[in-house]
Amino acid sequence: MTSMEKRLHKELQLLQKEPPHGVKIDVESIHRNLTEWIVDLEGAQESLYRGEKFQLLFKFGDRYPFDSPQVMFIGNNIPVHPHVYSNGHICLSILTDDWSPALSVTSVCLSIVSMLSSCTEKKRPPDNALYVKTCSKNPKKTRWFYHDDEV
Amino acid sequence: MDSEDEMNYDEEEEDSQEEDSNDEDFVDIAMEPEPSTASDSRETEDFQYEVLTADKIVHVMVECIKEVNAVVQIPATITRILLNHFRWDKEKLMERYYDGDQDSLFSEAHVVSPYRKDPRQKRSTRGSTSASTSESMCEICCLVIPHTDMAGLECGHKFCFQCWTDYLTSKIINEGMGQTISCAAYGCDILVDDVTVMDLIKDAKVRLKYQHLITNSFVECNRLLRWCPAPDCGHVIKVKHYDVKPVRCTCGHTFCFACGENWHDPVKCIWLKRWIKKCDDDSETSNWIAANTKECPKCHVIIEKDGGCNHMVCKNQNCKADFCWVCLGPWEPHGSSWYNCNKFDEDEAKKARDSQEKSRCQLQRYLFYCNRYMNHMQSLKFENKLYQAVKLKMEEMQQHSMSWIEVQFLKVAVDVLCSCRQTLMYTYVFAFYLSKNNQSIIFEDNQKDLEHATEQLSEYLERDITSELLVDIKQKVQDKYRYCESRRKVLLDHVHEGYERDTWDYQDGL
Repeated sequence: MTSMEKRLHKELQLLQKEPPHGVKIDVESIHRNLTEWIVDLEGAQESLYRGEKFQLLFKFGDRYPFDSPQVMFIGNNIPVHPHVYSNGHICLSILTDDWSPALSVTSVCLSIVSMLSSCTEKKRPPDNALYVKTCSKNPKKTRWFYHDDEV
Repeated sequence: MDSEDEMNYDEEEEDSQEEDSNDEDFVDIAMEPEPSTASDSRETEDFQYEVLTADKIVHVMVECIKEVNAVVQIPATITRILLNHFRWDKEKLMERYYDGDQDSLFSEAHVVSPYRKDPRQKRSTRGSTSASTSESMCEICCLVIPHTDMAGLECGHKFCFQCWTDYLTSKIINEGMGQTISCAAYGCDILVDDVTVMDLIKDAKVRLKYQHLITNSFVECNRLLRWCPAPDCGHVIKVKHYDVKPVRCTCGHTFCFACGENWHDPVKCIWLKRWIKKCDDDSETSNWIAANTKECPKCHVIIEKDGGCNHMVCKNQNCKADFCWVCLGPWEPHGSSWYNCNKFDEDEAKKARDSQEKSRCQLQRYLFYCNRYMNHMQSLKFENKLYQAVKLKMEEMQQHSMSWIEVQFLKVAVDVLCSCRQTLMYTYVFAFYLSKNNQSIIFEDNQKDLEHATEQLSEYLERDITSELLVDIKQKVQDKYRYCESRRKVLLDHVHEGYERDTWDYQDGL
């Protein structure tokens, strides 16, 4: 087993043992393909996204956890948020520049939930139309500029 | 490191032979006051520099750290990080160190202050909950590891040896990071020092890459150092003070210390840089488009007229505008005069034609200078073949009663020819950016003179050299190359004088 697989198994165990609130995983699908996880996410109670359900797709490369995973929203319900593009790409610094191998699927999920929770107005990023038309399929290929830590 | 250096060195020797045939047969002997063959003795005289090998660079780096340490007396690993932060400017570091807030200096450079009494005990929170205090969970591999198998920096974040090794390897090999790798913990910006890296990494390949990266960042951010730009040459030129001067590496490559390009006197680095960019990018393509095409006055699609009459029908199916190619006005009033347009100039059409005329003129101008620049560059490449031909001739002559010393003039002649070509090549770059004034006319005369003489010298060497009576052409060739060299000096001196007196006007916006 490679170190990437070992670590993912370990993470899976921990997630099953004590899943964080609002985060659910389909263990069976993960056992079929360890490198792609689909995570169900629920909007936090006291946020604009209360009661909404979202799906996140995690893709892990061979260098995980030393290289960050590809993370994006998938499915019918892409949250309307100033840092989430309508194709599911997320502008979040820990997913690229600020990634650390000490972060995990759990910490990424929690960061995303907290990013959603701090939103005060549901709207798309201002450059959504252009970005969605021109971006790569892989959100990690985008050179993100993190200009706003507030939302 | 050694083995690779040796490998590089072999290649360099081959390169240098191609470049300027520095064979033993060609050793210069100053037997009569020949023009100097080292590119520009005038400039090199007072410009001191040395060529360093990879090992020597490491030595210089260590010396620099020692020097600072003798004063500040903090761990060498921290000194290295601080120096890197100040781009290896010792004075700047000292100034900041003794002038003001040291704590902010350390945090700015991303190191934990060595004076801090209580190192931040930022142990991994999850780890400390582990029952036994002799082991904790490594946050990277999520395994419980005994403390003796864990390591960390002054910031207190601990990870197991294996994860540290994997983390550092990934940063070094995949991301090419050296001095700027930070602690693996999320949000921690404390930098990993070189001793820690070398302790944790055992793989020779990774260690070597790390050393390369560190050396490279040392050279790149140090104003007094520059890598020799020749392919696979691992040498560094170290100068006493920064200046725009030619330097010659032990591999034989001569280049401008300030910009790393081939020595480009008389043109200045910034203009050469602009020129190279201009030649490389496709700004000339757009110039061509501007000069040779027009826009449809209705839908603005770009049209190249490749013949036929002036009655244009736009091929854009959604437009199909009828217009006159000459005046760009609607075709209707032109009636049946398909081949000439005698319509009164409307302002719009006139403007369009003016701007096209300008583009066309600019393109012509660029091509004029570019052709001549390229021409000399090409010839310069051919002259390397000439060295071979000359060498054969010299050997032949020595069998016919001429002494070794007597035939050396041929080699000198080719040297002069090459340096003249190189100078001429860059005079066209200089001239391209130059505005016309009295001095520029003198410059162009000098250029013309030198070019003429250089071509004559080239002709002598290429044609007459094959004649049997080498003795006859000796005087001719010697006179010519002395003349060339003196003209070259006159031209360069004139340009330098202009720099000093600020008499050159430049064309902007090219």
